[in-house]
Parts: sequence; structure tokens; C-alpha cells
Amino acid sequence: MSDLANYWRRLPNKARIGAIMLGLFILAAIIGPQVTPYDPSYQNPSQALSLATPSGAHLLGTTQSGQDVFSQLLVGIRLTLELAVIVGVIATVVSVLVGVTSAFLGGVWDEVLSLFTNVFLVIPSLPLLILLLGYLPQKGQLATIVVLSGLGWPWGARVIRAQTLMIRNRDFVAASREAGEKSWRIILFDIIPNEVSLIAASFVNTVLYAISASVALAFIGLADLNSWSLGTMLYWAQSQQALQLGAWWWFLPPGIAVALIGTALVLLNTGIDEFGNPRLRDARTATKIAGRRIQPTDPTPVLADLSARPSRLAAFAHSFSRSSLLDETPAGGEIR
Amino acid sequence: MPFILRRIAFYAVAAWVALTLNFFIPRAMPGNAVQGIMAKFPDLQPSAYKALEAMLGVGHPGSLISQYGNYLDDVVHLNFGTDVANYPASVSSLLAQTIPWTLVLVGTATVIAFALGTLLGILAGWRHGGWADRWLPGLMFLQAIPYFFLALVLLELLAVKLHIFPLAQGYNGQDVVPGWHWDFIGSAIDHSLLPAITIVLTSIAGWMLQMRNVMITTLGEDYVVAAQAKGLSNRRVVYTYAARNALLPQLQGFGLALGFVVSGALVMEIVFSYPGVGLLLLNAVTSTDYPLMQAIFLVITFAVLLANLAVDLVIVLFDPRVRAREAAR
Repeated sequence: MSDLANYWRRLPNKARIGAIMLGLFILAAIIGPQVTPYDPSYQNPSQALSLATPSGAHLLGTTQSGQDVFSQLLVGIRLTLELAVIVGVIATVVSVLVGVTSAFLGGVWDEVLSLFTNVFLVIPSLPLLILLLGYLPQKGQLATIVVLSGLGWPWGARVIRAQTLMIRNRDFVAASREAGEKSWRIILFDIIPNEVSLIAASFVNTVLYAISASVALAFIGLADLNSWSLGTMLYWAQSQQALQLGAWWWFLPPGIAVALIGTALVLLNTGIDEFGNPRLRDARTATKIAGRRIQPTDPTPVLADLSARPSRLAAFAHSFSRSSLLDETPAGGEIR
Repeated sequence: MPFILRRIAFYAVAAWVALTLNFFIPRAMPGNAVQGIMAKFPDLQPSAYKALEAMLGVGHPGSLISQYGNYLDDVVHLNFGTDVANYPASVSSLLAQTIPWTLVLVGTATVIAFALGTLLGILAGWRHGGWADRWLPGLMFLQAIPYFFLALVLLELLAVKLHIFPLAQGYNGQDVVPGWHWDFIGSAIDHSLLPAITIVLTSIAGWMLQMRNVMITTLGEDYVVAAQAKGLSNRRVVYTYAARNALLPQLQGFGLALGFVVSGALVMEIVFSYPGVGLLLLNAVTSTDYPLMQAIFLVITFAVLLANLAVDLVIVLFDPRVRAREAAR
């Protein structure tokens, strides 16, 4: 437990804020559907509840057919995050498999797998997703997950392949091989543990891709339109002309939720990046040494340079200390 | 093989994969697409039925290999068949009407966003820890907003509430007749401003963040320190030493992110009812117009591949190392 706390303290601020934001959304996704005040699909026949502005009874107002927007949002966050995380896990596993295999086997295998990866990287995925989902008779959650994970792995595979190529030539891998370790053991215990931060970043990126792609697909109408996700909420808001009716409480919440989840993920990813590359860190992470702010990019200061310019308060405090007696010592250190 | 030839070969493979996927997807999917279409559009002629069968591989249109040959032949001649929702218009004519709109709007806006974002990224990387870094979380928020959602919000604020921009469409269809005269061009520019602003706003942050990160890493290199030690002006150090090198990964990223940006921009067209490929795609999806969907997929893919090739040419232009390697061969 203290290990975890320690890790948390070492995280850059950005990653911490991102993790907290994401945590709130995950919490909403877990308990949300249990605490919804209304059934999100229930159409209240009362005329007064058609396009009602936000109030105590309906926190985010109602849609044209009297459905509670807040309930839809809570259920929608659940469905969208669930889909994104499943896609993230599947696509990341595939990208690790492809990337590591490609780099580790080398030769023809590497050429073929790299070509495959790069081709799927340049073919724009959204039109292909639309084509695939357009032909499917049932456009439910499962179909979207399968199609999104099928097209979400190339970026991660490319990055992981590059990293594996680098690690493969390190001495400790050579040592393992000399010791007679089997390939799968080297991959599992020598290579993968050294790529954890890269795999984590790739996972976060894939989740981000899955959210934006699934929302865009649902917005076009390529999703199960009877279920409530952030994307289908936006679809109904757009197709029932929430904008023209001035019902901002209808189309703003799902979009802002998508943007906030996205921001949390980008913050988390930038944090992971900075964890690995100290140069990218914020200037505010500069450490204070002897009263001066030293940036991570600055050259290591010479001690004499630092002590030459103590702050006024430090100088004042120093004059009371016993070592201040030595300051006036003439060359040679001889005490008069 | 020279760099550019190697890249052309690679894009040829990618194009072939896209073509083949496009051929096999309708054949691999469950259900009879042709009967679905015929049930939906009862006024289709029997000749259209035959053409659809041949295109989607239903019924008995011959062996798979001969089908594949016919299909490639059709694509080379830009013959994408007859459209079912707008029968008897051909798919190619529909595409010819919409592609110029999208090409001008999305192309211009993407290039502006890339240039502006890269410039801001250079400044933010140089002034690391300065004013620009304070805006980073805001930029990340902009980057995370779906294109079409920002379009919705801007439309509500600037067009519906403040009447600064026109509401929808590519030009004012009531007063202006399309053609090469200023009335039409002015109207078209007026209508494209808000969509263009949306694209620039949502994609600029991504370019800027990426350039900033590469810039910071590059500024720590020894040759930059050496340039500074020689007493060169800051402007020269930043632009000709650091930025020029940092631009290469940025350009490569541009090629790879292009598909994503273009797709986002297409979905955004729907919000503005802009008469481009995006709106056509939406109509194709809502009316399950398979021939149109397939042709649009091919068109977008080929456009992105060509843009990638153009980026590779620019890289050769910018990077003397690639040229030197060519010369040494």
C-alpha cells in the first residue's frame, strides 16, 4: 500500500489530475446506472415535461419526448467507457503480440508484419469502420467492439516494435540467451516488463481512439440506437433538432462528458510521457537547490556557483550558525 | 531503391489492400444485401438488380477471380455503378459533385491548422515553461472535443444566436446560382468560414502539442547548444537549427494523423449540412446505399494515400540526409 502511495507522489501533477478526473467518470460508470432517478428510455407523456429546462426534479432537463437527460448521461457514460476499455484491452494485447513478435523474430516475419502494420496505419480507419458496420445486419455493442479492436492495434504495434528492437540488443537479453533461457521466457520476463510504461501509454491512446470513434459512429447512426451511450445521445439530440429548439441542456452534457474523458486521458498520457522524459516536464517541477530554481533541462549547477548567491534570508540565518565563523578564514585555513 | 520509389511501392500495396478489402467486405458479411436494397427501393429496374448482384457478389455472378478482375477493371475506369438511393444517377457523378467542396474546405483548413499549430508549437517549445504552457490543459480539452460537437456548439453560438455566420449549406441556394462569378464564390467562402474555423480549432492543439514536445527534446541537443555558444541570434537558432530538425517527426506524424483528421472533418460536415463527401456518406449510411458507401471509402483512402505521398516528397525536400543517402547509392 505504501508503495502505491509512493508511486502516486512521484507522478507529475498532470497525470494526477487526469487520474482523478478519470476516476470520477469511472465511478459514475460503476454506480451511475444504479442511482439514475428515472428510466432513461421512459417517455413522460406530460406536455410540461417536453423540453423542460434543468430543475430540481430533472437535473439536466428533459428531451423532446420527456426523457430525463441526466439518467441518459449516467447510463451513457457506463456504456461508452465499457466499450472503450474492452476495445483498449483487446487492441493493446494484439499490438503487443504483433509488435514483440515482429521485432523478436526479425527477418521476413518482421518485414511482413511491419508492412501489414504500416498499411493499416495509413488506411483511414473511420471510413473503413463505416463500411464494415454498414454491412452488418446487427449494429450492437459487440459488433462495434469487434470492429474497433480489429482496426485499433497498428499504432501501438509500431511503437512497441521499435522499443523491442532496442531492448533486444541490450546486454541483459544477451545474458539471458547465453544462460539458455527459452524465447518465450525472455519475451515475458525480460522484454515486456521493460515496456510497461509504453504499453500503458498505448492502452490509454487506444481507449481515447475507441471513445472518439464509437461516438462518431453512433452520431452517424451506426450503433444500436435503442441503447444509451454518449454517442447515441448526441445522435438523438441532433436528429430531433435539439439545436434548432434551443435545448442546450440536451446536446451539451454528452459532448462535454466526451471532451472531459478525453482530456483526462490526454493528461494521463502526457503525465506518463513526462515520467519517462524529464525534459518535457513543466517548469513548475523545477527543484529548488540552495534557494535557486533549477529546471530539469538545466546543466547541473556548480556548487560554488550556488553558494556564491545565497538568498538574503539564508545569508541572515547563516550568520548565526557556527560554520559562519569559517567564512572569514584566510587562505590556508589557519585560525587567527 | 530510391526513397521515393520505395514509398510509392508501399502506397501501391496499401491501395491494393484497400481495394481488396472493399471487394471482400460485402462478400464476407452475413445476409443478402441486394434483397435488402430491392425491398427498400421498389422502383429499381431489373438491370440495376443484376448490376448490384455482380457488385456485391450475390447470386451467381461467376467465379471469385473473374469477379475480382471485373471489379478492378471498373475501379480503374472510375465506374462505381449506379446509385440506388438517387436512381438512376451514377455513383461517379455524385462523387464528382461533392469532392471539390470537401477537398477545398478540409484541405485548406487542415493545412492552415498544421502550419499554425507547428508555428505555435515552436514558440511554446522555445519558451518552455512560459505563457504557452499555462494553456496546455485548455489545449488538451480542445483536442479531446469531437469535431462535430464543437461544430454544434459554434453553430449554436455564432450562427443561431449571434447571426455572424450563415446556418448551413455550402452557399446561399436562394439568391445565388453556382458558377464562376463573385456572387457565388463570395457566398461559398462565407458559408465555409465556420466549418473551417471548427477544423482549425479542434486540430491545431494536436499539432501544437506534438511540435512542442519534439522541439523541447531537440533544443536539448548538442548542436543547438553549440549554435548558441557561437553567438548566433535566437531567431536563427530556433528556426534554422532546432525547428528544421523538429519538423521531420512532425511531418511524419502529419501523414499518419491525416486519415483521422479527414474522417473527423467529414463527420463535422454533417452538422453544417455542407454539400461535401461527409454529408454524402451520411446519406449513404442512412439509406443503406452500399455502392455509394464503397466508392466513398475508396475515394477517401486514395486521397489520404496521395496526401501521404506528398508529405514524403516534402520530407525529401526538407531533409538533406535523405537526399545524401540517395546520392551515395
